[in-house]
Amino acid sequence: MIETEGWHRTAQVEFPIVFVAWLLLMPLTPVDNLEAESAEREYVWTLNFGPQHPATHTTLRLVLTLDGERVLNAVPYIGYLHSGFEKLGEHLDFNQYVTIVDRMNYLSPLANEIAWHHAVEKLLNIELTPRCKYLRTILAELMRMHDHLLNLGTTALDLGGFTAFLYFFQQREHIYDIVEMASGQRFHTSYTRVGGVLFDVNMDWLNRVRKFIKEFPKVYDDVDRLLTKNRIFVDRTKGIGYLSPEDAINLGACGPVARASGIERDLRRDEPYLAYEDLDFDVVCSKGGDCYSRYLVRMRELLESLKIIEQAIENIPSGPVNIAVDSDMVLPAKPSVYRSIEGLIQHFEVIMPNKGYDVPREQVYAATESPNGELGFFIVGNAETRAYRARTRPPSLMHFSMFPHLIKNHQLSDVVAVLGSINIIAAELDR
Amino acid sequence: MVELSVLQQKFGAELTESSFRDNRRVDVPAAKLFDLLSSLKSDHGFDMLIDLTAVDYLEYEGATDRFGVLYMLLNVTSGERLIVRTAVNMPDPKLPTVYSLWRSCDWLEREVFDMFGIIFEGHPDFRRILMPEEFTSFPLRKDYPLKGRGERHNFPVITRAGS
Repeated sequence: MIETEGWHRTAQVEFPIVFVAWLLLMPLTPVDNLEAESAEREYVWTLNFGPQHPATHTTLRLVLTLDGERVLNAVPYIGYLHSGFEKLGEHLDFNQYVTIVDRMNYLSPLANEIAWHHAVEKLLNIELTPRCKYLRTILAELMRMHDHLLNLGTTALDLGGFTAFLYFFQQREHIYDIVEMASGQRFHTSYTRVGGVLFDVNMDWLNRVRKFIKEFPKVYDDVDRLLTKNRIFVDRTKGIGYLSPEDAINLGACGPVARASGIERDLRRDEPYLAYEDLDFDVVCSKGGDCYSRYLVRMRELLESLKIIEQAIENIPSGPVNIAVDSDMVLPAKPSVYRSIEGLIQHFEVIMPNKGYDVPREQVYAATESPNGELGFFIVGNAETRAYRARTRPPSLMHFSMFPHLIKNHQLSDVVAVLGSINIIAAELDR
Repeated sequence: MVELSVLQQKFGAELTESSFRDNRRVDVPAAKLFDLLSSLKSDHGFDMLIDLTAVDYLEYEGATDRFGVLYMLLNVTSGERLIVRTAVNMPDPKLPTVYSLWRSCDWLEREVFDMFGIIFEGHPDFRRILMPEEFTSFPLRKDYPLKGRGERHNFPVITRAGS
């Protein structure tokens, strides 16, 4: 069904002569045999796509087998950005490793931090304070918007729509500013700590987020009008990269990609963590399963995130943001470390390798709903202050491994549409 | 929820269950792993393989086996999770592939091989995934040093003249 659509489209737009040839050929050759037969043809050629290609955004490499412009097969090669994060995780303590985790999905660094410390806190059995839960929820949702904004923007950019990219990137700058106000860092924030965050936010910060919430819908409407019913954009994405619900489950799809294929699954609702239980939001799903559906799901999730932030910011509880210092689990505030002997002792109680956390000899898997899907961490504790094994379950790995399945029998120019719609982050993919 | 007694009836009493926080784990000997997994998929609805990973227990206190391999399963309909653990040992760490059950294991098994050297028999495209093909060690094993064994310095450099 989709294959024929693809041929028809290219034929009409680009190759009228080829189209006539296809018309002659098509009734004679059943579709199933065509693929096997054309793979043997001599004019099938191989194209190396990446690792340095503007449309891959990071270092992804594909080896495409092409019949004219039709992709017969795609073989992804990964590992160009492999930097041994999991090995480093076995040598850094729970607070130090957060700086590495940051660099996995660099479109939403705080979402990784929250996922990592979510797993650590589950291992250490730490219950966060209500204020911290709300604060982390707000940040996680800001990061979801951060990620989706870039993904939607660059997808449009790759398909020729430059304006939407610029509109959305401006909004990302606002989120950068918000994050900088909270943590002192725009990009790799390293903001969360075991049992809390680096420092609490103030009223100015909350007002800054409120201002952002107020201004965002206008830009959203602009981009919605630019893209959602744009003929070119819809033609480039509709029916492209179809993923059926059965395949989505079997291939391990999660997050917006699975939801766009009709899998109603969202860890925020199914396995509530942080403050999601108290907040009201919808799980956005679509039945289309193609690139356009994935675009629509991400667009709607922006509004859902906005809704969550709006509720959380008005209901954020007062009180301490970190758990009690005398639990010897959380780092004390810096002024007390520098100015009092008790604070300094507390600091050493956490930092020193022979003191530190009371880590059980156990293993735990904990997952959060990151912007890209289920981001899980599997930690093995060995009564040391660092993890014995720190496994990341990256959503990008699962999504990129299904790429050959998605692109088969589409056109070469659809490669960027499909790549954009599954949002592969190489740093997370390769770790 | 899948009861342990039901599984034990089918696969013998070697199956043991444990839990920590909200994780539920079933330990199974490697010989019965594939049958257990396919039964979990077909009879108990665990239709998604969330993650497949391994742990090297070389320096772990009280460990008897060298490697633990973990299959994190999910029942999408009910949201139930289950971790199936098995153990493999040197010198011949081998397990059957589960590619016929969940195609999502494709890259995960390759990664476990790449990092730990555990071989998954019957995998359709079994080769290294993250490290280059010519790499000879398995980096996430505990006897592999953090700074490497000098591979970076001895890496073959392609020069313009030699290409």
